[in-house]
Amino acid sequence: MKHRISALFLGTALALAAGGGAMAQDKTVKIGVLTDNSGLYSDLGGAGSTVAAQMAVEDSGLAAKGWKIDIVSADHQNKPDIGTTIARQWIDVEKVDIFVDVLNSGVALAVNNLVKEKNAVMINTGAATSDLTNAQCSPNTIHWVYDTYMLANSTGQALVKAGGDTWYFLTADYAFGHALERDTAAVVVKSGGKVIGTVRHPLNSSDFSSFLLQAQASKAKIIGMANAGGDTTNTIKQASEFGIVAGGQKLAGLLLFINDVHSLGLRVAQGLNFTETFYWDLNDGTRAFSKRFSERMKNKAMPSMVQAGVYSGLIHYFKTIDAMGGNPHDGVKVVAKMKETPTDDPLFGKGTIRPDGRKLHPAYLFEVKKPSESKGPWDYYKLVGTTPADQAFRPLSESVCPLVKK
Amino acid sequence: MQALYAQLLVGLINGSFYALLSLGLAVIFGMLNIINFAHGALYMMGAFCAYFLLNIAGIGYWPALIIAPIAVGIFGMILERTMLQWLAGLDHLYGLLLTFGLALIIQGIFQNYFGSSGLPYAIPSELQGGMNLGFMFLPIYRGWVVVFSLVVCLATWFLIEKTRLGANLRAATENPTLVRAFGINVPRMITLTYGLGVGLAALAGVLSAPINQVRPLMGADLIIVVFAVVVIGGMGSIMGSIITGFALGVIEGLTKYFYPEASNTVVFVLMVLVLLLKPAGLTGRAA
Repeated sequence: MKHRISALFLGTALALAAGGGAMAQDKTVKIGVLTDNSGLYSDLGGAGSTVAAQMAVEDSGLAAKGWKIDIVSADHQNKPDIGTTIARQWIDVEKVDIFVDVLNSGVALAVNNLVKEKNAVMINTGAATSDLTNAQCSPNTIHWVYDTYMLANSTGQALVKAGGDTWYFLTADYAFGHALERDTAAVVVKSGGKVIGTVRHPLNSSDFSSFLLQAQASKAKIIGMANAGGDTTNTIKQASEFGIVAGGQKLAGLLLFINDVHSLGLRVAQGLNFTETFYWDLNDGTRAFSKRFSERMKNKAMPSMVQAGVYSGLIHYFKTIDAMGGNPHDGVKVVAKMKETPTDDPLFGKGTIRPDGRKLHPAYLFEVKKPSESKGPWDYYKLVGTTPADQAFRPLSESVCPLVKK
Repeated sequence: MQALYAQLLVGLINGSFYALLSLGLAVIFGMLNIINFAHGALYMMGAFCAYFLLNIAGIGYWPALIIAPIAVGIFGMILERTMLQWLAGLDHLYGLLLTFGLALIIQGIFQNYFGSSGLPYAIPSELQGGMNLGFMFLPIYRGWVVVFSLVVCLATWFLIEKTRLGANLRAATENPTLVRAFGINVPRMITLTYGLGVGLAALAGVLSAPINQVRPLMGADLIIVVFAVVVIGGMGSIMGSIITGFALGVIEGLTKYFYPEASNTVVFVLMVLVLLLKPAGLTGRAA
């Protein structure tokens, strides 16, 4: 009997020791691509984000080093409640370590809380709200690609400087639109411009002619579109129809993606100014990646900055956990390590991650080419200006993020 | 004041889409007793059909105005023959569920292949540009949409209410057995009617392609409003749906001017009010 008990103890101790050892060198990772697979934003994230994640896994070379990396993907339907339900299940049941994409500001903020509570990691590449690294910043979240502050700062400032000193806003009537309008208006005023009016339209409107007529009547030099996706493309298309640009007013797309330009066609989109942090035709690195990416896409689309961010963010994550020698399954620890390590990848170049979780890289102001200037499909942008990484985003001195020591 | 005139005109333009779509719905409901939830998807197919004609076959806008409604109409007739006809005589709910499911499938297929952000379709060169009316800049294309839809709506009304074919149709829905006794092929008439309603939806789709993006979800966004129009006008009433379509477009336009935040809901507020006061709709007959 005594023997048996001691054998049992010994066995348990051995098992624990073995388990502990395995934990330290655990080389498994599960990635969750939480995105809009069927709705309004599915072209800029969606299936393309999953493709980008797969490419990051392949390019990381971790499989050859004995890592086992799985990807799961789901559609949050742009609803925060559905997004958090999926995220909770992913963490609790599927043991997902890291969330990527998570576009839509509403969903992103909801999942942000959950990721913090469960100590997972989120590399947000899709949502616009700058709150993710400001009031609602978290030690588990990195905001990778862009945010409302940066968009407002870059596009707003450039257009005021170019003489567009009176603005009229066409704003999507929900949190994201309000934030973008607020941030941009602040920049316009600060740069010496004036906001002479605003019209707020319901999300997902199909007809913008009434709103455009009001903007036209205001005689503002710039009509700022604080909306996104289908709302923006329809606004642009109908503005062209009503002769707004021909009449001397300028449209400012505050958030526009390459997929939107593709869907509009250059004839309608030409001359638009807006800011992105990634364009497939920037340099050899972006071109090589984008070519491989588009070959894998059903409609041969080039990557949006959201999808490029998924790749770039994951490459940095893999580099970090590889350097740590194993996956600690501890979000705070991994993110802290990611912040210590400078980032470098072919898509966004060299960069850093700030204590508030803001990934820093340059922001590019683009202008859409005329049809005669474009050499073929997806050749759409002219680079107008570059804001260096340290000036593109909200300075830490203005941040209210509790992670930032003042 | 000038801005107000402009809003009225813009409202009328949107109203013409509502009128065309609700007219098709009213025809289908009036004749077949089917609440056609696939109407939005068929409208979207009309727009895509115009896009394919242009980009694959090089066929422009004008022929597309005829070809797309016929092609989608034939597709509709196939749907009617293979699925909807089995629901004749059953509760409305079955038709609603079936067509709703069909709409989801059709939209899903298009979305899978063409993404969500849509495809460009240019305004035909003859209708580009605009006129300065003094109080607003009117794009010629929009003016064309109003005139053309009015003509189509009135022609459809005339066909159903004033011609022999229309009389047969109405009789066939009132008393199919009796009409069959006169040697009229009732099932074929029903099929043709469904085809006509679907064709009207597709026609609206072609008309809207140059204004809106050609998107898989363009019909889904619109269909609920159009149903509200049909309900307000009186289910199945042809003239009711035409007049209500235009009127609601104008009311919506005015809301966009005075209180834009409410412009997506004003139609439904009106619907509630009308149903409270006149449960059969403005021009509907009591059931």
